[in-house]
Amino acid sequence: MNSAEKLQLQILACKSRMGAIIGTFNAKSGHPGGSLSAADIYTYLYYKEMNVDPTNPKWADRDRFVLSKGHCCPSLYATLALKGYFDWDELTKLRHVGAMLQGHPDMKGTPGIDMSSGSLGQGVSAACGMALAGKMDNKSYRVYTLLGDGECEEGQVWEAAMFAAHKNLDNICFIVDCNGLQIDGTVEEIGGIEPLDEKFKAFGFNVIKVNGHDFDQLESAFENAKSTEGKPSVIIASTVKGKDVSFMENQVGWHGTAPNQEQYEIAMGELEAKLKELEALV
Amino acid sequence: MAQVINKATRESFGLALCELAKTHDDIVVLDADLAAATKTGIFKKEFPERFINCGIAEGNMIGVAAGLAAAGKKPFAASFAMFATGRAFEQIRNSVAYPKLNVKIAGSHAGISTGEDGATHQCIEDIAIMRAIPGMVVLNPADHYEMVEAVKAAYEYNGPVYIRLGRLAIDSFNDPDNYKFELGKGITLHEGNDITVIATGLVVNESLKAVKALEAKGINARLINIHTIKPIDREIIIKAAKETGRIVTVEEHNVIGGLGDAVCDVVSSECPVKVTKIGVNDEFGYSGPAKQLLEIFGLCQSNIEKVVEDIVKNEK
Ligand SMILES: Cc1ncc(C[n+]2csc(CCOP(=O)(O)OP(=O)(O)O)c2C)c(N)n1
Ligand SMILES: [Mg+2]
Repeated sequence: MNSAEKLQLQILACKSRMGAIIGTFNAKSGHPGGSLSAADIYTYLYYKEMNVDPTNPKWADRDRFVLSKGHCCPSLYATLALKGYFDWDELTKLRHVGAMLQGHPDMKGTPGIDMSSGSLGQGVSAACGMALAGKMDNKSYRVYTLLGDGECEEGQVWEAAMFAAHKNLDNICFIVDCNGLQIDGTVEEIGGIEPLDEKFKAFGFNVIKVNGHDFDQLESAFENAKSTEGKPSVIIASTVKGKDVSFMENQVGWHGTAPNQEQYEIAMGELEAKLKELEALV
Repeated sequence: MAQVINKATRESFGLALCELAKTHDDIVVLDADLAAATKTGIFKKEFPERFINCGIAEGNMIGVAAGLAAAGKKPFAASFAMFATGRAFEQIRNSVAYPKLNVKIAGSHAGISTGEDGATHQCIEDIAIMRAIPGMVVLNPADHYEMVEAVKAAYEYNGPVYIRLGRLAIDSFNDPDNYKFELGKGITLHEGNDITVIATGLVVNESLKAVKALEAKGINARLINIHTIKPIDREIIIKAAKETGRIVTVEEHNVIGGLGDAVCDVVSSECPVKVTKIGVNDEFGYSGPAKQLLEIFGLCQSNIEKVVEDIVKNEK
């Protein structure tokens, strides 16, 4: 991708992060940490990778995205709003009574959400089902699913991985947001999921490791996945939980806590400064 | 009057476990990456060597707890009610209940008062699915003092127990000096012969406020607190049915399979009276602040009061 294109993606990702902060602040709850670590991945998927039409969100031939780590929906909602699926203002009503944007993704009520999720480990299986249906119907759409590194402790993730490889689902791509943290501590101290790449390899996956905040690396990873035949791919993305809000970065306490007024202003200030910087380069 | 303590029952649970463990070496506590939320974190701080964080793997956690129990430990395994009883249902059924192992399962953030997280995390089925397992004891304590005693009773009972924990802080109403927790026994909190309200868990406090307000309006409603949903106190229910002729149940749970159904089971076979169930009417919840949701779903003093008043005025 050329530098102008990359700059556009960086701007969109910054706005997605702002949306996560606006949403969780107004909700007085929610999950900023993992929303910030995943923002670049959502941005790349919806602006560069996926074949989707926001004016026709249920289009049968669209590529699909399943947010298996459903709690990280605030920045996904922001990306969907930027893409035109619904109004940006919906973010200020996140998690309120009657809101379109639920605390965890609800495919019945939110345009652009392809699968309801929130119970960890379940989204990956549904993504496998969508990929299998695509194969059965000779469709060319692809399916993407984002997992947390803590989520990889769920047995169901590995049942799904085994299934995807066994059924030769080369139209599915797992992405693991490896931000190193879960709720009660680091993934290393609680889960013991490493070596993650070797595990996926042993399960029959094409394994690609990238920096999940680097759009060039994301591009070559998704290209690699698309061109791999006969087996599923997994992109193991190393990321920073709380990325781009200084006091949230790498802090386990920001997993599921909303910013208060003062923290909100600092966070927005930092993101606005970053946005200005990026826009000046356009 | 006893000191009113404003605490979520999950916190009372964590504190009670910690206290009990000081004198009982066989207690071990398991969690699935939610120790901060279920409040087993309180125990972890004090007894790190007896705390096992199983990671986000609830099915395995229950299986491990079964093994620990089979080897002589007394494990308490906690997660959100949704994941503890939902994800690990079959492990509970086949690895804990069938072999009658001494595992205590704690499900926190139960009911719709989970709040903003929304439907995927608001468990309104746990009482139904735990009740349906042969031999499972099901506890749903209503305030701080009751939770502390329930944890002790669960420990002393030899066999599987499910304990429901709430997220929302609530005022205590029991008086610890006169309070006695007896497994399987309901507690009459307010006397009356016009009608009986039977409530459980988080909504007992609201029910108590409702019957007191009704008294001022000349309606004498009996209030029974059912902290043990299984085995249920048949005697207290039948007596209430005979003496008051009319029952209203209140629970923060689906009206299918919970307290209301348990009460109907008892009265239909021994003393059929009309039962009106206040609960979640077989629909999923949604995101919102806990207190606001409780009001919308009618699990608040004003609605309980209104339902009871309407029945007494129109039927009697
Ligand atoms: C089955 C299940 N168990 C527990 C939870 C509660 N929970 C929500 S997020 C989370 C930690 C997730 O960590 P990770 O997958 O690393 O996500 P991230 O760091 O990207 O936020 C847990 C335990 C859940 N949502 N689902
Ligand atoms: Mg993580």
